[in-house]
Amino acid sequence: MNLSLFPLGWQHYLLGGLLVGAGAALLFVLTGRIGGMSTVFSSSWSYLVRRPFFQQARFVDSRGWRLVYALGLVLGALVWWLGFAGGVREATAVPVWQLLVGGFFVGYGARLGNGCTSGHGICGLGSLQWPSALAVLTFMATAFLTANLAARWLA
Amino acid sequence: MTTANMSLPRSLATLAAGALFGFGLSISTMIRPEVVLSFLRLQDFGLMLVMGGAVLVVLLAYKLAPRLLARPLLGDHFHAHPSVWNRDTALGAALFGIGWGLCGVCPGPAIAGLGAGNWSLLWALAGIALGALVQGLRAK
Repeated sequence: MNLSLFPLGWQHYLLGGLLVGAGAALLFVLTGRIGGMSTVFSSSWSYLVRRPFFQQARFVDSRGWRLVYALGLVLGALVWWLGFAGGVREATAVPVWQLLVGGFFVGYGARLGNGCTSGHGICGLGSLQWPSALAVLTFMATAFLTANLAARWLA
Repeated sequence: MTTANMSLPRSLATLAAGALFGFGLSISTMIRPEVVLSFLRLQDFGLMLVMGGAVLVVLLAYKLAPRLLARPLLGDHFHAHPSVWNRDTALGAALFGIGWGLCGVCPGPAIAGLGAGNWSLLWALAGIALGALVQGLRAK
């Protein structure tokens, strides 16, 4: 059993986290925008779905920049992949049904709860909002339970 | 939408900020579901460093920028996104965690992972988009 807290090293985690923060900070300093990631999944539906929920100003007015921001995420990962990771394609062994079903709950839950790991976790905690701290504690707890039960039952 | 809101410099800044975000998610290996799941199974605490590092930088920016600058460098104003604690937030966060614990993918890495050629994450992306759609259709 590996008793280290960081069996794969810790530097890349800290560096990556600082860069993630720098991205959200840069967005704020330059444009004033708060850059959580989950809203793009609601705001983009406003292009296709006419229902009043999706046509709210908070989605329609931000859908353009949110898509650009998401495109930036892909671009940043591409730069890392080609320039720093030798272009070895990333892959995952997590089964398709888990990605799809898990993803569904991620999307439904993040939008119902108005935030995800970046919205509540980074932007919410970064602006010292206690409801976000409670949200983070809540999703950490259910994620911890689910991941451990899944490891036991599905492996 | 105002033209100032969609100006080219602001769009490029948003793209660059997103790229930095995505680069950070990649270098920290958060785009690997296995790494996220190993955190949730308490085998590797790296995710705490990622989140801690990100929160620290964002905290400084959110605190300092509005004090040092009258407005964002490329126009508009400093936005705030107040979060509230209610039944929806609690239930939403709980459901989000269940999904996250099942797949090890959250919205940022689902998007960024595509840039590193992890096509399997399209399944997660489809799931997230579908979940967001159903949430919106059920909402009043």
